[in-house]
Amino acid sequence: MSAPSVVPKDASQDRQKRMIAAHFDRLAEVEERGEKAVYTFVPGNLTELLLSFGVAPVLPEINALQSGMRGLSKDYIARAEKDGHSEDVCTYVKCDIGMSRGGNVGPTGKRLPKPDLLLLSYTGCFTFLKWFELLREEYDAPTAMLHVPYQGGGTITDAMRKYVVDQLKSKVIPALERITGRAYDEDLLSEHLARSAKAEDDLVHVLESARHRPSPIDAYFGGVYYIGPIFTAFRGTEDAVDYYAELRAEIDERVRLGLGPVTPDGELEKERYRVVVEGPPNWTSFREFWRMFVDEGAVVVASTYTKVGGVYDNGFRHDPSRPLESLAEYCLGCYTNLDLPTRVDMLSRYVTDYEADGFLINSVKSCNSFSAGQLLILRQVEERTGRPGGFIESDLVDPRYFSAANIKNRLESYFQMIEQKRSRGDAR
Amino acid sequence: MRYAVGIDLGSTTTKAVVLDEQGAVLGRGITNSRSNYDVACEVALAEALINTRFSLVASGLARSGFTEDARTALLGELERRFREQQYRHQLGVLDTVLAEQLEDPSIVDATRAGVAAVVAGMRARAGALFVEGASRKSDFFRDLAGSLYMQLAEEHARVHTPKRSCAAGDDGGAPRASLFDQLVGLYDKAILEVENRPTAAADFDAIVERALAAMDDAAPAALKTSVEVAAATTLDEWAKVGTGYGRQRLPFPEGCIRSEILCHGLGAHTMFPDTRTVLDIGGQDTKAIQVDDQGIVTSFQMNDRCAAGCGRYLGYIADEMNLGLHELGPLAVQSTRPARINSTCTVFAGAELRERLSLGERREDILAGLHRAIVIRAMSLLARSGGVSDEFTFTGGVARNAAATGALRRLVTENYGPRTMNISPDSIYTGALGAALFALRSGRSGDGAAAAAARDGAPVETIP
Repeated sequence: MSAPSVVPKDASQDRQKRMIAAHFDRLAEVEERGEKAVYTFVPGNLTELLLSFGVAPVLPEINALQSGMRGLSKDYIARAEKDGHSEDVCTYVKCDIGMSRGGNVGPTGKRLPKPDLLLLSYTGCFTFLKWFELLREEYDAPTAMLHVPYQGGGTITDAMRKYVVDQLKSKVIPALERITGRAYDEDLLSEHLARSAKAEDDLVHVLESARHRPSPIDAYFGGVYYIGPIFTAFRGTEDAVDYYAELRAEIDERVRLGLGPVTPDGELEKERYRVVVEGPPNWTSFREFWRMFVDEGAVVVASTYTKVGGVYDNGFRHDPSRPLESLAEYCLGCYTNLDLPTRVDMLSRYVTDYEADGFLINSVKSCNSFSAGQLLILRQVEERTGRPGGFIESDLVDPRYFSAANIKNRLESYFQMIEQKRSRGDAR
Repeated sequence: MRYAVGIDLGSTTTKAVVLDEQGAVLGRGITNSRSNYDVACEVALAEALINTRFSLVASGLARSGFTEDARTALLGELERRFREQQYRHQLGVLDTVLAEQLEDPSIVDATRAGVAAVVAGMRARAGALFVEGASRKSDFFRDLAGSLYMQLAEEHARVHTPKRSCAAGDDGGAPRASLFDQLVGLYDKAILEVENRPTAAADFDAIVERALAAMDDAAPAALKTSVEVAAATTLDEWAKVGTGYGRQRLPFPEGCIRSEILCHGLGAHTMFPDTRTVLDIGGQDTKAIQVDDQGIVTSFQMNDRCAAGCGRYLGYIADEMNLGLHELGPLAVQSTRPARINSTCTVFAGAELRERLSLGERREDILAGLHRAIVIRAMSLLARSGGVSDEFTFTGGVARNAAATGALRRLVTENYGPRTMNISPDSIYTGALGAALFALRSGRSGDGAAAAAARDGAPVETIP
């Protein structure tokens, strides 16, 4: 993901920007070079496996959110609706379909390759199935389905792990072998996984730096940049290892200097509120949305959205000694695959561990995998932590569903409520 | 004397509440919100200060030896006369603005004559609007004058336009429509200017003098003295807090602006100290708020993405039925078989309304169904905010509507069991009251003076 231009750039941000640009350049040349492209999703992505086969990963969700940030999604969505897709459908899907129909030119203006394989990693989002059904029709591409069982009991059982590993062996790997003509190379996969684990260590270190006061990072708005490489096409690459090492050093330096996070308007000088956020951000008004927090001196110290492409702060790491098993555990552990009690536990723990004043839910009606049960989560986290919850509604990439005045109104009220509670606490 | 004021700038109306230094309510003022928020605030405050002076007159009169009934009658008449004079004053401003527009040489004489006749008719009928017991569709000049202007313009156009002939090619109907349209166009343009001139509300001194002179019997000396004392009292703004939907545009410094959620919570708590749940249905947002025993907000829910089921819904329905907003509730409570209307989308509800009317359903029944639909929407927000606890306070303009309160009471009882439901006759001022209380606190803590200074451009510290 590229950073907004007004954000003062650290070296790691420039590096990320170059990485993203180079990736899209590579995608534009996939067909010319005779390479293969595999479309897949962020949650449950098997990037290391894809890289071990030398194929280029394309992530439609990332293209959609990038299109949203770049002001392109409105027209793509209109195009998809014109073609018969309902207003209530996930707007990532409509954005992607609209983009495909318009010639499949990616967010950076370069053409994206057609899929040679649709690798459907199902990790709790039912829409993914429908999405790739549509793309299958669009491109007449083969589909490999990886069915990841939902963590309904809150734990990963041996049977679940085996079920996923079996599918990797019997469905996913043979499909990759078919399109590439290459044999599965487990040693190569392990090399990628070792690099992943290294980058994951650094990412966790960065995200956990928000325990400091002031927090040197914003773990939601800033966090989406930090997760960029590891959630997308770079997990398991040297580029990702270098990026996270550099980022970690930068953040450590911010901690040493006692600095707050970098925001679209520069450094946040005074941290007035620490909050935890649940739910994906709005991408079409991303900066405006962030600024609403900055204006109030609010810093997000932990978020669940930054765990959709993998939960690492619970200790999970990709393990080169158990390559397929650890890929299975990774898929099973993605945030979208967790049941409500686990999400409540996680949010409650964040509120407590990161000493947050409260937590906010940004509810996206068209994203059922996130929004179903969010009010229940709100009540339970409130009860468990005693900190106030707030609820905002917006959308992923449909600009029609971001009502700035209302959201600002709601956020201001929320932060003033925290302030009022604080003064009562002082008085008692 | 010093006062603290809270101003609640809503999408439909702007309200102001003035408190004395002890926190007692001295005055309340309300006006329709308009494109110019500064003027809306200024007019609401001017109205609240007029109301404050009436409170001072009442206090003065209380020491005069008149019986309570006599005092009520005297004050009632004085206020009616005051409102009439205020109306006449605004009518004068309207006349001036219309005259300025008529300087446009492209306007034909027939239109000029029409405007003159309509304004003369409005003047002639002004008194009738304010006789004792007269019912008015609205208290705002825009609505009162607009309704009368349209009626008179239509009558004038009907009389002064040649009747349509059956002869082929005769377009006799066109000028009539044209004359009416021209008269309406002039009014629409003029009223915007009239209501954006804050002086249109005029000051207390000049108008009260005329009101005293216009009383049926000569005003007693005690009343005159009380009025003189009230008029001479200096009212100094001590502290001010703004809230409401348009609060970003309030002409105060940032530190003097409070969220309406907090203001409604505190206002409702002050009106009814045992309040734990507050519902406010405003023009374009509905708020469900939970408060603790000190009026501090613990949780809230608002509509974000859609304004369906808000107060404007009723405004739209009133327009569709050519009724005043005040008339909807009384009609709906006469329903014997409420229609079941599911849509809370304002536009769909309008379509459903027309369809049902065309099928012969009684409008009382349709209106009752529409009121229920708006309340069902609010019930969803209440549920999301944490339910309805005892006591439950309903605020905002819609709380004045008996059909809405009836439907709410039934649905709350069905869903949560019996609850004490508080509705103050002044519920529309709840947000402004909360804001005034926050202003009072800041005044007491010493920040009020800073806030007043900041209004004139000096820097201000944020009110804690």
